[in-house]
Amino acid sequence: MLYFSKLRILFISLFSLLFILIASSNLFKVDEGFFDKKINLGLDLQGGSYLLLEIDNDPVIEQKLQNLTSTIRNYFKDKDIKINNIKIDKQNIFFNVLDQNKKIIIDTFEDENSDINPYYPTFKSHQLILEDTGLNFKVSFSKQGLIALKTSSQDQAIEIVRRRIDEVGTNEPNILKRGNNRILVELPGLDDPMRVKSLLGKTANLTFRFVTNDNNDRFGVDKLKFEDGLDEATVSKRIIISGDNLLDAQPKMDAQTNQTIVSFSLDRVGAKRFGKATSTGIGKQLAIVLDGKIISAPVIRDTIASGSGQISGGFTFQSATDLALLLRSGALPAPLNIIEERTVGPDLGQDSINAGMIALAIGFLLVIIFMFVKYRIFGLITNVTLIINLFILLGILTLFEATLTLPGIAGIILTVGMAVDANVLIFERIKEELKDEKNNIIAFDSGYTKSRTAIIDANITTLLAAIILFFMGSGPVKGFSVTLGVGIFTTLFSVYFIARLFTSIYVSKNRNKEKLI
Amino acid sequence: MIAFNKYYNHFNVVSTFLIVASLILLVFKGLNFGIDFKGGTLIELRSTDTKISVSSLRDKFSQMNLGDVSVKKFGNDTDYLIKFENKDNKKNIIEEIKSNLDKSFGNNFNFRRVENVGPKVSAELLKSGVIAISLSLAIMLFYIWIRFEWQFSLGAILALFHDVIVTLGVFSLFSLEINLSIIAAVLTIVGYSMNDTVVIFDRVRENLRKYADIKIYELTNISINETLSRTIITSATTLLALSAIYLFGGEILKGFSLAMILGVIFGTYSSIYIANTVLVRLKVSQKTVLREDKE
Repeated sequence: MLYFSKLRILFISLFSLLFILIASSNLFKVDEGFFDKKINLGLDLQGGSYLLLEIDNDPVIEQKLQNLTSTIRNYFKDKDIKINNIKIDKQNIFFNVLDQNKKIIIDTFEDENSDINPYYPTFKSHQLILEDTGLNFKVSFSKQGLIALKTSSQDQAIEIVRRRIDEVGTNEPNILKRGNNRILVELPGLDDPMRVKSLLGKTANLTFRFVTNDNNDRFGVDKLKFEDGLDEATVSKRIIISGDNLLDAQPKMDAQTNQTIVSFSLDRVGAKRFGKATSTGIGKQLAIVLDGKIISAPVIRDTIASGSGQISGGFTFQSATDLALLLRSGALPAPLNIIEERTVGPDLGQDSINAGMIALAIGFLLVIIFMFVKYRIFGLITNVTLIINLFILLGILTLFEATLTLPGIAGIILTVGMAVDANVLIFERIKEELKDEKNNIIAFDSGYTKSRTAIIDANITTLLAAIILFFMGSGPVKGFSVTLGVGIFTTLFSVYFIARLFTSIYVSKNRNKEKLI
Repeated sequence: MIAFNKYYNHFNVVSTFLIVASLILLVFKGLNFGIDFKGGTLIELRSTDTKISVSSLRDKFSQMNLGDVSVKKFGNDTDYLIKFENKDNKKNIIEEIKSNLDKSFGNNFNFRRVENVGPKVSAELLKSGVIAISLSLAIMLFYIWIRFEWQFSLGAILALFHDVIVTLGVFSLFSLEINLSIIAAVLTIVGYSMNDTVVIFDRVRENLRKYADIKIYELTNISINETLSRTIITSATTLLALSAIYLFGGEILKGFSLAMILGVIFGTYSSIYIANTVLVRLKVSQKTVLREDKE
């Protein structure tokens, strides 16, 4: 056990040296082409925002069912089947047909090549479920249908979220899917988290609609409030143009009125419709509606055929910039709610780094002094090993570009405290062996062998706890499990290779010395 | 040699009392859950104006219609920790608070930390925390069951339960806050306590094979003594490292390191006075371990 071949010594030295170099690369600026890996600092250390957004899919489902009622009505109308009493209630569609038509309805919904009820062969399920309640038919989304719908609205939403955040210009945002209705956003080093929050909180559904006094408008009407929350207007449900028709939007200063405005340009379809609406509707009020609130409702004075226009509404420069940004990046398919937020300011992050480093230095120092006082020369060996162990741990974290959090630093300090355990187990065992065994080398050898099961057991239990924490924990706590878990491996390596190497050299040189430990 | 075994019975009474008292506290007083598990909003403020007093800040916050607000000093004189339920989950609450504070105290506050956890998320976090702790106990049980005989497993698990329950009991007694990092601490305690027990058990088993004629009552005492200096040194270095975190690691790590310190102390105690007494009460003998060797 105590013998080390030259090759092994070389390997251990090179390995340790390599990790010391890698770990030090965090401190110095190394040429990027050569080695550019670094330990990432978690949001709690570098400052930033963690936002968990949940997509509110209910409006999407409502909208889909709304569209579906007309699809069903028209589809069967072509087949000369009249659909009666069709209505939506609590995310279900109900309707009646004559008894002789029931079979056709059922067959149509259950056909795998159905035009109105898509079939997912991989899941052996239709999008919709049709039930005959006895009184009427009930149509609802199947489990798979609902999943497909949620996934697609999540895909759209994450795209829009990404565009909005890119426009704000945050560095290295992290935008990830969580489940099938959540989006995780991590924004390191953010100056103004409130702005991003308010940008993500808006659906940005823009429509241009005529203001009408006719409550019997063919398309139906909505009573909508103005942004200021005071005035109200009746607006037709007919959409002239929507946010989808926008090509670009920019905040501008109106030279005449000295007001901040948002100017926009429309795509070909949008321009055509806008031109037609402004030519037929001269003198009428055109409401510009964003997320169910009227921004402004200017009177049309002239035909606008150029396909560009402007929105005014008492904006500040900031709010005009944000509105333009929202319009450029497009509307979310469904409203997003921020269900979890954790924001750390950069100065608190720096304070945490400082506190963590001071605690690490002091903890390290205390352990080192304690070990030296207790074991002298073997304490020294343990301490040198401990330092190399720390470098290997940091080196591995660097190599995998792991994220270091404040609890992660605590994990490193804890590793320092617990890493001596294996060496202590070995040394105490050797002491016991030396009571009966006069030969130093044999005593050391059996000390290492006999303490092995206890060391392995002890480390596996801690590792198990770290693994569970890694899979169950989130954010900062996950960082703790990483350093604790990696620390176990580096500790075992440094105890069985580095410390043993030093020990073997020392013992071989003092093989006849009494009271060696 | 220290006669640890002389006090087996005394400390069994103490352990039982500690567990029962902790359970009573947990059931009747409950735990002080932080916003991670209860939902709500937390703000850490730093004021640049030292003339602002906690009470004036508290008054201001209670006027803001936030529900149950707690305003406390945090670490030093210029830092404050504000917590409230935020029941309606108002979207722009932070902006409102900011403008409210600016109006009354001038622009003197730096929002160092803002955390907002919705009711759905906090319920999920609580659930996954409970699952994590239960899972870790189950995995430890399984591990010790394949490594040792059942009498040992029972001893180790009872020691583990003791450590977790009593640590939580202390948190309940002093109304210390339970948040995500406390769950991490409890899991580490589970690992540490197991570690400590396993080292002694390993020695007990070794000695059982070696000495046929020594009774378990004596044998556990011999084993505890043989491993005692290791127990002391390892818990000492671990406690040194943890006190460094507690004293210098900043306010955020205070609860975490305190839980760990308690856990290490209880873990060391329970390895000696719970795990071993179970072996004595179950009359473990050389037969127990030799049977396994034959298999």
